[in-house]
Amino acid sequence: MPLLDVRNLKKHYGAHRAVDDISFSIEPGTIFGLLGPNGAGKTTLLRMITGIFYPDAGQIIFDGRPFKAEEDILRIGYMPEERGLYKKMKIGEQAVYLAQLKGLSKADALEKVKIWFEKFEMQSWWNKKVEDLSKGMGQKLQFVTTVLHEPKLIILDEPFSGLDPVNANLIKEEIYQLAKRGCTVIFSTHRMEQVEEICDQIILVNKGKKILDGTVSGVKQEFKKHQFRIQSEPGAVLPHSAHFSSVSADGAEYVIQITDGSSTNTVLEELIRQQVPIYGFTEILPSLNDIFIRLVEGTQATTRAFQQATT
Amino acid sequence: MNKTFIIIQREFLSRVKKKTFLLSTILLPILIFGLYGLIIYFSVKGEDNIRVAIVDSKGQLEGKLQSDPSLEFSFLKQADKASLEQDLKDKKYSGYIIMPDSLGKRDSLQYHSRSNVGLMTQGKIERSINKALEKNSLQQMLAPGVTLSQVDSNKTSIDLKIEKSDGKAGNAGFATALGFICGFLIYIVLFIYGSMVMRGVMEEKTNRIAEVMVSSVKPYQLMIGKIVGIGAVGLVQFLIWGVLMMSLQLLLPVIFPEMLDQAGTAGAMAAAGGGKASMVSTILNNMQSVNMAMIIFLFIVYFLGGYLLYSSLFAAVGSAVNEDPQDAQQLMLPITMPIIFAFVIMTQAINNPDGGLAIFGSLFPLTSPIVMMARIPYGVPAWQLILSIALLIGGFLGTTWLAAKIYRTGILMYGKKVTWKELLKWARA
Repeated sequence: MPLLDVRNLKKHYGAHRAVDDISFSIEPGTIFGLLGPNGAGKTTLLRMITGIFYPDAGQIIFDGRPFKAEEDILRIGYMPEERGLYKKMKIGEQAVYLAQLKGLSKADALEKVKIWFEKFEMQSWWNKKVEDLSKGMGQKLQFVTTVLHEPKLIILDEPFSGLDPVNANLIKEEIYQLAKRGCTVIFSTHRMEQVEEICDQIILVNKGKKILDGTVSGVKQEFKKHQFRIQSEPGAVLPHSAHFSSVSADGAEYVIQITDGSSTNTVLEELIRQQVPIYGFTEILPSLNDIFIRLVEGTQATTRAFQQATT
Repeated sequence: MNKTFIIIQREFLSRVKKKTFLLSTILLPILIFGLYGLIIYFSVKGEDNIRVAIVDSKGQLEGKLQSDPSLEFSFLKQADKASLEQDLKDKKYSGYIIMPDSLGKRDSLQYHSRSNVGLMTQGKIERSINKALEKNSLQQMLAPGVTLSQVDSNKTSIDLKIEKSDGKAGNAGFATALGFICGFLIYIVLFIYGSMVMRGVMEEKTNRIAEVMVSSVKPYQLMIGKIVGIGAVGLVQFLIWGVLMMSLQLLLPVIFPEMLDQAGTAGAMAAAGGGKASMVSTILNNMQSVNMAMIIFLFIVYFLGGYLLYSSLFAAVGSAVNEDPQDAQQLMLPITMPIIFAFVIMTQAINNPDGGLAIFGSLFPLTSPIVMMARIPYGVPAWQLILSIALLIGGFLGTTWLAAKIYRTGILMYGKKVTWKELLKWARA
């Protein structure tokens, strides 16, 4: 049974369709990537799942029952893209306060905050004010306040922006740990290399519509162009063949395109017969970034803004 | 624990724990009173232990002036100026007065001294001498065998109290002052705490904490929590001020006995010796006649009602503006106008508490907290009070409902400059 099942969700702002008939479902324990260019409707979608907005139409099934904001909100942790904390409040108090609002008792909240602060080596910050923190430190605190109440569903909007590699790794590790313990993580980002690394499942949203849904490897398989990289010797000459065509050559590396209907074995057989030395033969899978740009451009979206964001 | 309560707690504690709260709540009144006290102290207090020599060859004053530890009179039958100056130099006397043989009612006396004399001391000497001279001339007019104290016992002191047809007694001057003070306080309160709510909401919006918060609680809870929390801060502040004022008022005469003395003698003089009414007891009498407990109770009712009504509107404005405080100014205008308008009606209502404008103003929920407070000391028919409070409750439920809708949309809306037209559109959504 999926933890979250979104069915035909719609949200309009006047004539503008921010979310237009989106459906997907997430199994428990998955790390789920929600991708899309700026203005695609990701934030609106997330805000409906966190109960901040009511959908105009459609259903959200959370843990087998229709989503009820008031109760289910306690089992969701949401870290919005625009980080926000009370600047004048002491860090420890703030974390306890936010945990209390998620339904923890004061004693529980205090205990949990202490555990997490220890884990992230933040104990000495307890009496500091948020305004005295660096951006990265604030980010860590924000992450802690999001996962503190051990939510079943964690929603992270661009969790790594502003973090140095050490802290980014720390948080990435934490996300893995949480998923291993059965938490489901929705993860919205522009950074494709992170998605490839972390996510089990992705959907791509553009102009309020879902244009792609699947596992990372499945999507790559779906969009592969049957191109292969051959490592050979410099100066080796690839024969002409009906089974493949040469795409490019760079020193000892060649890229070939296998024609439809031919298999890799026939290609290899032919190359070996022609006595081309072969040290390596690997399939070139498209990067998510490529797929992304291809799809978004295909739907004529706010591509330019998006490309700037990814480069 | 209820989430709204947790929010109220934070809003309250985070403000009360601030140093500025302590400063403004406790230190400010003490500072003002201290300054006030200091001014009085220096104007009142000359030197201690003033010894005045009175050269009174005819014995006009001898034995008729009251001495006390701080002011001592001594009488000399004969003395020349040179020896008196020498005495001043030797600090035998602080000053001397030479009584002329005859003294008209408007004549003045010379007080010779080497140092300045405090206002209070000067007044005290003046009063003592005047009183003695008055008694002297009065005694001369009396038939033989009649003493001054017999005359004094016939003095009357009649207060004029206004009796209205509904049976309530009132003193116009006192009612005016009390009404104005109460109305003015509410006027100030609406502005101070209203804009405090607005700034709180703006802070949440610009810090981008709003989105984190509304993923845990409903926007309505967040708004109500802020409003109630700040309202509680206001009540506590008033409570502390009230207690401080009262204790300082009580302490002041203890610290400056001269003041009480003066007030006492002034009162006694006003009542021409016979009546015992002093200023303090006059005020106390008046307080009894207007039912102070009732006024304090209604003050709290209108304070809370007015605050709840307006602060939710201020919260709505706070949620709609971005970081620019000038936008806030513009959006605030439709809210501040009725408050100022209410103040204007109040000044009218003080002069004519039962006039049509005053009655309308004290029933209409946007103006009633201020206008009604000005009318209450004069006595207001019960049906008007009940109607006014009912309308006020209805009013704040209405504005809170309206504000909650604006707030819900506004708090997550960034980068757009909004107008009231837009706000009303949000409210209708």
